[in-house]
This record gives sequence, structure tokens and C-alpha cells, in this order.
Amino acid sequence: MSDAVLSVRDLRVSFPTEDGEVQAVRGISFDIAEHELMGIVGESGSGKSVTFLAVMGLLPKQAKITGSIKVAGQELVGIPDKTVRKVRGKKVAMIFQDPLTALNPVHRVGKQVEEMILAHQDVSDREATTKAIELLEMVGIPQPATRARQYPHEFSGGMRQRAMIAMAIANDPDILIADEPTTALDTTVQAQILEVIQSIQHELGAAIAFITHDLGVVARIADRVQVMYAGRIAERGEAQDIFIRPTHPYTKGLLNSLPDSQGSRLIPIPGSPPNMLRPPSGCAFRVRCVHAAEVCAGELPDLRPYGVVETACVRVDEIIAEMVL
Amino acid sequence: MTDRVLEVTDLFKLFEVRRSIGRRVMHYTVHAVSGVSFHIDAGETLGLVGESGSGKSTVGRCVLRLLEPTFGSVQYRGTELTTLDREEMRALRSELQIVFQDPYASLDPRMTVGATIAEPLEIHGVKSDHKAIVAELLDRVGLSPEHAKRFPHEFSGGQRQRIGIARALTLNPSLIILDEPVSALDVSIQAGILNLLDDLQQEIGLSYLFIAHDLSVVRHISDRIAVMYLGRLMEVGDSEEIYERSIHPYTQSLLSAVPVPNPEVERTRHRIVLEGDLPSPVNPPSGCRFRTRCPIAFERCVDEVPELREVHPNHWAACHAPLMPGQNLADLVGVENDLRIRPNQ
Repeated sequence: MSDAVLSVRDLRVSFPTEDGEVQAVRGISFDIAEHELMGIVGESGSGKSVTFLAVMGLLPKQAKITGSIKVAGQELVGIPDKTVRKVRGKKVAMIFQDPLTALNPVHRVGKQVEEMILAHQDVSDREATTKAIELLEMVGIPQPATRARQYPHEFSGGMRQRAMIAMAIANDPDILIADEPTTALDTTVQAQILEVIQSIQHELGAAIAFITHDLGVVARIADRVQVMYAGRIAERGEAQDIFIRPTHPYTKGLLNSLPDSQGSRLIPIPGSPPNMLRPPSGCAFRVRCVHAAEVCAGELPDLRPYGVVETACVRVDEIIAEMVL
Repeated sequence: MTDRVLEVTDLFKLFEVRRSIGRRVMHYTVHAVSGVSFHIDAGETLGLVGESGSGKSTVGRCVLRLLEPTFGSVQYRGTELTTLDREEMRALRSELQIVFQDPYASLDPRMTVGATIAEPLEIHGVKSDHKAIVAELLDRVGLSPEHAKRFPHEFSGGQRQRIGIARALTLNPSLIILDEPVSALDVSIQAGILNLLDDLQQEIGLSYLFIAHDLSVVRHISDRIAVMYLGRLMEVGDSEEIYERSIHPYTQSLLSAVPVPNPEVERTRHRIVLEGDLPSPVNPPSGCRFRTRCPIAFERCVDEVPELREVHPNHWAACHAPLMPGQNLADLVGVENDLRIRPNQ
């Protein structure tokens, strides 16, 4: 696909530890296009955050990264740090669950946004100040000129999140990575921040990777969804297809685990996620899967088209047939 | 007559906070809980819902006197708890238990699981076969008796929460306060814990005070629901009634803010996006505490605190102008399902 802003091919990330190698990401490929909001869903340890920390170049030095990560056509794996930094600061931006990790407590909020602008754009200090205030207004901070002169501790949690978003979009990035940006927020404030993120998608045309464990949030904002399990992509497709007609047993398991309004008995996924030092052979989900058969222990299943979605389950035909019967 | 297990009346909890900035010493009063009343019957689950700073966890701790209530009454099966001395309270603790959110922090890492579960038996001087009791409890929460010899770090988050529940069951309580018991767990694990809580209630007839911020979880487990905002109860009623026919503007806004895992529903539904943040409990708004963010607040809401009153049978609300059942706040204030960034006033 030529219009992909972010293009990842066969990405693998592992961390050496005393007990062996933790295989956090085990060969994944995907594209995110301009104007597209891709939801990345998975439970803790699925590799969803590690994937995007690799894109951002924020993994520790000992992490082994192979494969290809291209942002707007520029390869980021295996090239000098200096070149990478230029691309990343301007073309890729990231927002986090805790805005205090991104905001400097001893600098005024407006100043921090200005610095982001001055680092990558050829503008005067005064222009940067004006632009910073515009950005704060754009993310819904009231009286932006006054607020720009305040410090992060004078902001509420929701306001800090807005300020961090303003910094992230200061250089009009091609791709914005949002890692659980609303998880720490209260429900009513989460709703506000989701609106800010959606408006950025519409107004700036940025591609957005939205990482979350909250399936409701994904249903609200994502165009496409990618479900991750044990460092692999289990299923991918348009949001409505994934939620209404999931094909992978893991996706189904996740949706079945959610409490519904009927109060009927919940169906948890048995067992717990695998130890990534020694992931099971073949499909990593097979040890928890009610549909698993001998064939699942064989090859690592790749993502293959199935109807309107792509799924990484070798038994998908039989499973769907069983469900219908 | 119903079998009333817990009756909380007009509970207040104020925290005096001293903060010094240079030489200046400032005194604050945090109004964490301001006049909360509710009851729980035998075998019933009351869900206590609210955002951070609503005071829901403080209520739970005041019931057990892990925090001393500033004012108000807490009656357990007719016994007033707030005036008991330490010994009397300790004797009653066997019947009132609590399970916390973080299964990592609430278990002693140096004690075997068996010792952790048996500890309440030691404290209360119960002379019986501890080993057999522990084995039975482990079995009851879906673990196996040989797990007794292991240490907490050998277990996953979901298993640890099961251990926490087993420990709470050791002394055969009749009321368990569950303070965000599943919010630290992944959804696939959370479902198993909720099922376990359901089963235990069926088998032993336990009563639960289920404190949580996740509305879909609360709906699933609760018979009745109490909605808190900034230290006060906004609405109390049967689960179904609160979710389908809520009459308080805050409850409707909160429900409308929760994303539903169905993209088709999400695309078409009307949504109320509340402006601004929760006000500070140090200086709560006069009158109705929700009025600063309420889209239909009027003068009376500034001047007069709305009492929690029974607007419809068994459906209570603290609002001067409650909505009609079935009436939608979004329609009333003409909110469109569009994209706006609401400034924070």
C-alpha cells in the first residue's frame, strides 16, 4: 500500500534476561494509513506497547529489534540514531497514560509546547508563542494564553492530558501514537479526551495508533482494530466486523468475558497469558483455547484473509462451521 | 420482614489537612463523605459507583472503621459499630471483611498462601484443623489445596485475587466489602472473579458492598446501585432501574460517557459530554454538588442542597428537578452526536 504512513514488516523485539530471552514481539506486519485511527487491543503482556515503543525508538538499548519500520517511506530500523531522532521528533509523536512523564514539572506549559515547535520548525520565538497558544486552544484548554503561563501541577489530570496532546501535535506529525491515554482518567473526563483525539484525526489528518485494553473505547473511536496476543496479531479488520463477527477464538473470548446488560453468567478465558520466555509452540493461544486441536501446536499461524477480516487461526473454517451448527 | 445486614445513616467523613508553604500553615477540610445513607439486606449486592474523589472507598472504610467516621451511624445487624471499643470491634470483624483492589499489595510476600489464609483463625483463636479449613477455602475459590505451600509471587493477578477472597472467607463473614476487586485485572481474568463472587453469594448467602468505577461490571453484579458524586449520593435504585430509567442528570451523563463495545451503537447514540473536571472536595459547590457541571441546573440548585428522596417506589434521587423515567437528558438539552471540543469553564 502506497498511502501507508506507518508500515511495519516482520517486526521482532526481544529482551535478553538472566533466565533467557523474552520474546515480546514475534514477527508482526501492519500498515496505518493517513486519516486512519487504528485500535490496538490486547491484554497485559501482549506486546502492544512494546511494538509502538519500538516505532518511537524508546526501547532500552539491550532490546533486540529486527524487521522493518517505515514512517512516510523512511526506514527507521538499523540506521544511525541521529537520523532516526530527526524523523521521530517531527513525524512521529506519542502520548502516554500518565502526562507527567511527558511534561517537565519546572517549566511553564506554554514554554514546553514552544520548545517542541522551535526544535523542528524555522520560526521566531514570538511565532512559536502564538502557535503554542493556538495549539492549547485547539485541544480545548480554556483561556489558553493564561493557562500557557501556568505549571503542570496547576492543571487537572484531564487538562494535563490535553497539554500533552498539544505538545504531541505541535509539529503536525504524520502519525500519533496514543498509549492508553485515557486509562487513568475518570469516565466523564475520558469522554472529553476521546473527543479531542477524534478531532485531531479529522482536522489534522494524522494517522493514529490507539493502544488500549478497553474494548468499549476502541468501539467508540477506531476505524480498524488489530487484536494482539503473545507478541502476534490474532485478528485484524474493520471495527464493526471485529466486534460483531469476530473470527479468532481469542477475540471471541475477550468479547465473551465482558459483562453484558442481561447479567447472564460470564464466560472467562481459562488459564492465563503465556510466559514469553518460553511461549507455547505453534499458536500461543492454543493452551487456553476451547477449540484447540493437534494442528494448532504445529506452525506459528500467520494472519490470513478470512471473509472481510484477517485472522491467525488455522482452524477458523472448522470453528465457524461448529458455531453455526 | 427483610433481613437487614447493614444500615448506614447520615455518614460524614471530614479530613483535616495541614499544609505548610514556607512559614504559612494552611488548614484545609476535605469533605470526603457528606451525609450518606443506605442499607444492604442479607444476600444482596449493593453497587457503589463513582468517579475518583467521589468518596466511595472512604464509605467502605468507614463501615469497617478502618477510618473513623466523623459523624453518623453504621449499624450491623442492629449493632451500632461507631461506638464499639477496640475489643468489641475486633470480635465483630470476623463477620465483616474487605477485599482490596491490588492483589499484589494486599498479600504478604513472605507468608505462604496457607499461612495468609489461616492468619485470621490464629488472631481470633479458632481451635480447629487449620490445614483442612485452608484446603477447603482454596478449593472453594477455584485453587487447589497444594497451593497452600506456595508464596504469592508464584501466582498470577487473578489467582492472587482468589487468595484475597479466600482469606476474607476464612471466618465465615456475612458481609464483604469489595473495593474495586477486579479493576487491576485483564478482562479475560476479571470474568472468572466475577463468576466466583456470584457463586459464593449463591452458596453462602453473602452480602456485598461492591465499590467500583466500572459501570458495566457494577451492573452485572449488583441488585441495587448507589451513585456517588463528590461525597454525596445522587441516585439509588434497582440495578435495572438505574441503568435503563435513571432520573438524575449525573447518572445519565455518567452512563452516556461509558463507551459500549459495539461500534454500531457507538456511532448512532446520543452522548452527553460533561464539561470541566470534578470540583475539589476541599471547597465543594454550595447546594447541589453536581450543579457546576449539570446542563440543566437552575437557581435553586445553588441555594439549596437537594435531599435524597424516594421519587418513585424504591427509586431515590437527590435532585430538585429529576428527569421523568425514560426521559433522555441528551434530548432535553439538544446534544447532537457530533464532534466538539468542549472548553473547560
